[in-house]
Amino acid sequence: MSNKDKHWEKTKGLMVLTLIIWFVFGYLIFMFGSSLNSASFLGYPLAYYMCAQGSIIAFVVLIFWFANKQESIDEEFGFTEQGEDD
Amino acid sequence: MIKGKFIDNLPKVYGLYTGGFLVFIILMAIAESAGMTAKTIGILFVAFTVCIYAVIGYLSRTVQVDAYYVAGRQVPTVFNGMATAADWMSGASFVAMAGGIYFGGYTYMAFLVGWTGGYVLVSSLLAPYLRKFGCYTVPDFIGTRYGGNFARFCAVVVLTLASFTYVTAQINATGTIAARALGIPFELGVWVGLVSILLCSMLGGMRAVTWTQVAQYIVLIIAYLIPIFWISNKGGFGLFPHLMLGEEVARLGELEAQFGLVKNAAADVKAAGVPGGLKSISVPHSEVPAGGMAAWKFISLALCMMVGTASLPHILMRYFTTPSVKAARKSVAWSLFFIALLYTSAPMLATLSKLSLMDPNLPTGIIGKEISAVMAIDWVQAWTAQKQAFIADFNGDGVLQLNEWFMRGDVVVLSTPEVAGLPYVISGLVAAGGMAAAMSTADGLILAIANALSHDIYFKIIDPKADVRKRLLVARSLLVIIGAFGAYIASMRITSILGAVAWAFDFAMSGLFFPLILGVWWKRATRQGAIAGMIAGLASGTAYLIWVYPKFMGNPMLWGIDHLRFGIIGASVCLVVMVVVSLMTPEPDKATQKMVDEVRVPSGRTILGKQH
Repeated sequence: MSNKDKHWEKTKGLMVLTLIIWFVFGYLIFMFGSSLNSASFLGYPLAYYMCAQGSIIAFVVLIFWFANKQESIDEEFGFTEQGEDD
Repeated sequence: MIKGKFIDNLPKVYGLYTGGFLVFIILMAIAESAGMTAKTIGILFVAFTVCIYAVIGYLSRTVQVDAYYVAGRQVPTVFNGMATAADWMSGASFVAMAGGIYFGGYTYMAFLVGWTGGYVLVSSLLAPYLRKFGCYTVPDFIGTRYGGNFARFCAVVVLTLASFTYVTAQINATGTIAARALGIPFELGVWVGLVSILLCSMLGGMRAVTWTQVAQYIVLIIAYLIPIFWISNKGGFGLFPHLMLGEEVARLGELEAQFGLVKNAAADVKAAGVPGGLKSISVPHSEVPAGGMAAWKFISLALCMMVGTASLPHILMRYFTTPSVKAARKSVAWSLFFIALLYTSAPMLATLSKLSLMDPNLPTGIIGKEISAVMAIDWVQAWTAQKQAFIADFNGDGVLQLNEWFMRGDVVVLSTPEVAGLPYVISGLVAAGGMAAAMSTADGLILAIANALSHDIYFKIIDPKADVRKRLLVARSLLVIIGAFGAYIASMRITSILGAVAWAFDFAMSGLFFPLILGVWWKRATRQGAIAGMIAGLASGTAYLIWVYPKFMGNPMLWGIDHLRFGIIGASVCLVVMVVVSLMTPEPDKATQKMVDEVRVPSGRTILGKQH
């Protein structure tokens, strides 16, 4: 397998993992909304909290994590961009 | 060179700008206590901020194609995040979202999850690859990846339909706010809004829109957060509302039980003469409705909004402006961070606003009070006079019941400062924030449409030999024409702000989502497959919308999919058709496959040249 193929395999793996976490916070927990709501967090009913703040915060953290992870994959296979950086 | 210097000095420039805006707010507060009228304050707030955007728009003028279409690809990560957040958060997010939660409770909050989760798709599936591609517009990617003008044309059609559905709602919102703040009729307000929008984008294209959007984000986030913190602290609800409103949410549940959630019969509402579009509170705030169907409704709405997010061209094109692929990825994260600041606050605003209104123990509470006393309150008079609020004494007891108070969802945010008894300067600030939110989104959308038409239709298909001057002239003329057409449609007031916004997501996901992601992730995807997918997806989605929407044919829904969710049908059809047709046609040639390989690695040159 060439360097490019290996890089793409790892990239795909990261994509799938990211989307699994996304599915959990975006869908899975809301399938059980009514039972979740009997628990509470910071005094809020849990399902209410998750859609008001919890899942949104999870998405923000997830994207930052994903971006860093992908950068290290690119580095590992030598596909880091040259020169321009912000 | 001034431009390079400007990029280096961005934190300083926008820091000064933010400071200046805060000073302006303080000056207005002083003027208010010195006796300036509410009307003058409102006018000054809107006029002052719009003038600043216009100045930024003028200073960012350009005659270069690269700067006009993609801001010269040098927008730093964090600032692109702010610009995207302003681009994203529309009049609907700012003006209508808290109102939606106010009336719809938990069920409505599927929009919050949907309008944020989509960015995970953008960052992992699309943004970095489109940046590597180096396109100017989204159809530019479709046209080059699949080859041929017809694929390009189909993408332009989907883009135009989705973005145009969205833009009328935004111009509508600028019209509503301008009309109220400046005290002019709505029909005129729409045109005032349009002129403000065009001032920001016409001379500098994407570059001007980027720098005004950053400025607009700063105004809108300040305008959204100050009232929430103020009300929360003034009312003793908690120093930091996001962490401390648990008790208030529980209290709302008690009050709902005490007053009773009554759904008024449509006939009663009509007989009492309630103006159209006004609602009463009839849904619990935090309770999750039981049953599988309710859970499916929540999830399916979130799904449509997420997939729609990842297909909306005015968002995707913001990531064409970053200096690198790496920066595009990080920029998505920053975008969602800045969006989350507002979105996590909307439920808090809805909670505080509802409590201020409903709790009889608070001085601001009106439910359970004598109707004659309520009618004497200034803000009640002001909003009822504008037909934005209404009282109907159904049981004739002279006391205001929960189901007897009607209000338009869109005015919850605009009226909350008055309801909670804050000084008028805050209402002026909120109006300026709403205006910024609606203008920034309208700018992004009009630019997306005009750029697709000028670059993909005019330059790529009609006249590939056109020189730069002519290309930019066409781009600017289209901007004005599309804006004017949008304002004309908006002035006819066809649908409420939110219905139309959700449709834009559904149109975009029906036609564009799978052709975009499969273009990167599936080498076997062919031109014929993509074309068939776009046409079949858009046609089936639209057909289902017409079939199910009560004002069109109004047929019974399939699997609980209503008109807000028709993208599920469209996107599924698009996927199946695209895969089947791709497999039936010969695989793409070597050059195309090599191009896809190139897109998948961040290093190296972009696929399309710097000038194309």
